[in-house]
Amino acid sequence: MAELRTEEMVLNMGPQHPSTHGVLRVELVVDGEVVVDAIPHIGYLHRCFEKHAEVMSYQQIVPYCDRMDYLGSMNNDHAYVLGVEKLLNIQVPERVEYIRVIMAEFQRIASHLVSVGTYGLDIGAFTPFLFCFRDREMILDLFEMTCGARLLYNYMWPGGLSHDLPPGFVEKARAFIKHFRPAIKELNELLSYNEIFVKRTANVGVLPADIAINYGASGPTLRGSGVKWDLRKCEPYSVYDKFNWDIVVGTGEMGTLGDCWDRYMVKVWEMEQSLRIIEQALDTLPEGDVHAAIPKRVRPPVGEVYVRSESPRGELAYYIVSDGSQKPYRVKGRAPSFSNLSLLPEISRGYLIADMIAIIGSVDITLGDVDR
Amino acid sequence: MHNFITYYLGAGFWGSLVSSIIPLVFILPFALVAIWLELKISAHMQDRVGPMRTGRWHGWAQPLADVTKLIQKEDIIPAAADKALYILAPALVFVGAYAAYAAIPFSPAYIGSDINLGIFYIVAVSALVVIGILMAGWSSNNKWSLLGAMRTAAQLVSYEIPSSLAILAVVMVAGSLNLNDICAAQSGWFWNWFVFGKFPFLFITFIIYFIASLAETNRSPFDIPEAESELVAGYHTEYSGMRFAFFYLAEYANMFVVAAVAAVLFFGGWNSPFGTFLSGPVWGVFWLISKGMVLVFIQIWLRWTLPRFRVDQLMYLSWKILTPFALVNIFAVGLWVVLRG
Amino acid sequence: MSSVDTYFKNIGKGFWTVLLGMKVTMRHLFTPAVTIQYPDARMPIPERGRNRLYVNMDDCIGCNQCGMACPVGCITIETAKSLPTEDLGVTSTGQKKRLWVTQFDIDFAKCCYCGLCVPPCPTECIYMTDVFEFSEYDRDKLNYSFITLTPEEAAQKTEQAKAAEKEAAAKKAAAAAAAAQKAAQTQNAAQPNAQPNPPSAPKPAPSVAPTPQPAPAGAEAAPVSSVTADPQGSKTASSPENVQPPRPQEQAAQAPQELKTNDNPKGSAD
Repeated sequence: MAELRTEEMVLNMGPQHPSTHGVLRVELVVDGEVVVDAIPHIGYLHRCFEKHAEVMSYQQIVPYCDRMDYLGSMNNDHAYVLGVEKLLNIQVPERVEYIRVIMAEFQRIASHLVSVGTYGLDIGAFTPFLFCFRDREMILDLFEMTCGARLLYNYMWPGGLSHDLPPGFVEKARAFIKHFRPAIKELNELLSYNEIFVKRTANVGVLPADIAINYGASGPTLRGSGVKWDLRKCEPYSVYDKFNWDIVVGTGEMGTLGDCWDRYMVKVWEMEQSLRIIEQALDTLPEGDVHAAIPKRVRPPVGEVYVRSESPRGELAYYIVSDGSQKPYRVKGRAPSFSNLSLLPEISRGYLIADMIAIIGSVDITLGDVDR
Repeated sequence: MHNFITYYLGAGFWGSLVSSIIPLVFILPFALVAIWLELKISAHMQDRVGPMRTGRWHGWAQPLADVTKLIQKEDIIPAAADKALYILAPALVFVGAYAAYAAIPFSPAYIGSDINLGIFYIVAVSALVVIGILMAGWSSNNKWSLLGAMRTAAQLVSYEIPSSLAILAVVMVAGSLNLNDICAAQSGWFWNWFVFGKFPFLFITFIIYFIASLAETNRSPFDIPEAESELVAGYHTEYSGMRFAFFYLAEYANMFVVAAVAAVLFFGGWNSPFGTFLSGPVWGVFWLISKGMVLVFIQIWLRWTLPRFRVDQLMYLSWKILTPFALVNIFAVGLWVVLRG
Repeated sequence: MSSVDTYFKNIGKGFWTVLLGMKVTMRHLFTPAVTIQYPDARMPIPERGRNRLYVNMDDCIGCNQCGMACPVGCITIETAKSLPTEDLGVTSTGQKKRLWVTQFDIDFAKCCYCGLCVPPCPTECIYMTDVFEFSEYDRDKLNYSFITLTPEEAAQKTEQAKAAEKEAAAKKAAAAAAAAQKAAQTQNAAQPNAQPNPPSAPKPAPSVAPTPQPAPAGAEAAPVSSVTADPQGSKTASSPENVQPPRPQEQAAQAPQELKTNDNPKGSAD
């Protein structure tokens, strides 16, 4: 059989494919159904974020940050405003940082819910997807009552927040946490530990830790390979050092360490950890005026700053150069999805087309983040 | 009096025509009802409500509206398609599903064609579907369609083995391939049904048959030929309008065929579960259809619960789990029949 | 032996987890739905809901703060200076209105509902409402005009402001000429090119006052201050554009100098 050489076929997966999570185009070279090579092509969703940022004032860039990784808007804004504040060298009230952390963690849960739900959809389970979206809606309700928007928030401003928490927010947030813990359990029952799901994802797309590090992977993709690396812990920014929580890493419970199931499961358990952070932050929420430190005019001194943060997808960083005017000279976004996507050819060779879907879903990219 | 129509109209042209049209009269409303059920059940399982507007009462007219839309749609044939095969394929797929209805005993007084090889005939004509799907996949001239069609061919051919072996076990117990005779062999109270007979062997046989039948109808978790998240839509990627509706119709028609066959083989077919209570030709129709519907419900239930298998896992399940179990079962049932009758 | 073990164990596990999943879906079959029947029932929109903008023109002083805050440039404002004889009233916050707002367009096809235009408003006259259902088949219809003046009135106000400006410019030129003459008279040890700007006769309708003119008083700012945040959008709306000759690019770029605040981000955007 070995000398039987079959012809290879080039298959374009995407950009209009139901499960490439947006508009990713992967050029697959397949031998029958076996993937010989996979080349991701990016740029279909390029929206010139960095060029836009050159002609906008610092405050006006925040809505554009929202649109980078549209599933993790709060986290994008968080990193950006931290950078601008560092440039301005201002200290924000503690309450602001607490609220930012609460929002960022809620956003992380919401983002992971989309990721986990659509992953189930990729594998063929439709119902968990809608359960996840049901819970995500509750988070979006919280966001809407806080800042008025459901997807692109423009909530964190350089120096503060657009609004303080509305009355009733804390109670609603606690109610959500109470509802959500059993929901995670149910999700595990329905999907995570389902034998078919496990068989589809375990031992598929195995990503060894060293390759993950070499490719600059971060976030759940890196932690799925067992690397304990989370910027919230390893290089605490904002007020993350005040909370007690654990970094979740993949264990290879169902198969090999660093397979799709591990990457998936890291996200599920991370939601649990985010709940812990939110609970603590809600308990110790300090008083203060969230508008107190907002500067009238953002005009940072000449200089540059590099801030990094842990977005739901990994290490999100901004490099901001100021020339002393009201507009930044340059804003560079370091998108986690971009690095994670570059892994794709490495971990998909030799698997089937069906596995390809599982792998793309497990590295969890947002095309808005890849292309910016 | 196995077919009251030929009894009254004779076995000539008119009798045959009418008795061959009756399944169609059943399939179309059934497909509409099943689509509606699928919409509603899936919706409620997902904390939604599903269609609520079309037809006012719980969106009962939604499938009708869908069909109307599909009929009105422009008929597109891809430029690079193999036209003849492309047009023929949906018809062939539907014929495979439709022809199987000829041998299903809806009631003691009605069976399309009371042939002695009834169950064998159903297994044989169901295999037509494979050819239709292969034709659809090939003629579309689309790589995704072709992959879907190849998967289907592999899947359907492999799952015919365990399902035939499962049927064989029942046939051994009943001693006949005629579906009416198999029904008659289970008359009386429900504990006479074959699913409880030769316990637990025929029960395991039922499970094997049910799993294999899911695969044969391309239902989840075996919907890899369509696999919308992998292969876009598999073999019917390029189809639209009425031709797509035919594939759809065939799928639902097939769902009922396998459910009805399972009902006949394992659940007494047109027999009432309560002895002679509520039995007879008219109630027979009711019992067969409701048994079939319960099984259709389970198919729907599974579809909205489970993820999808991968091609190789599907083959693994068929060849390494279902087939050996079915063989062992046949051996055990055969031994039982020989030794204890 | 162990492989046989795992074989049966896998089958058992497969069945068990399938049943577990079926239990979950069956339970949800009988739990009430969380969705609502949208046009009949609606989700309450929170107080802070950021949907369609509304401008209360009674309070608008035409300062263009919102237009400058907008990151996408969807707000187009044009104003004309009122005559000293006209009284435009005061806003509800007690500020005196000095400008006729001859154009106030918001293009909701461009608006990103970020809410950045709301806080800068000195009179709190622009805010977000809870109206979110306003789709249109025609994109132009999403360009909302908020002005209270009729197009004719707006044209008239622009015309009148322009006339006033012309008058002022003529006066200014005359004053400058007089000053220059005076200077020339006093310094008769003449350098022929001592006059930086030969005091020519007032040109017909310069829409922008020539910048190098040493204006006698700071109060004589540009009578027509015009910020064209988006040139396309302003064409579609019923605007008094036609009365005003289209300005060349570089003059538009100079325009910010005559504004009240000099950091217009949009002036040189194109």
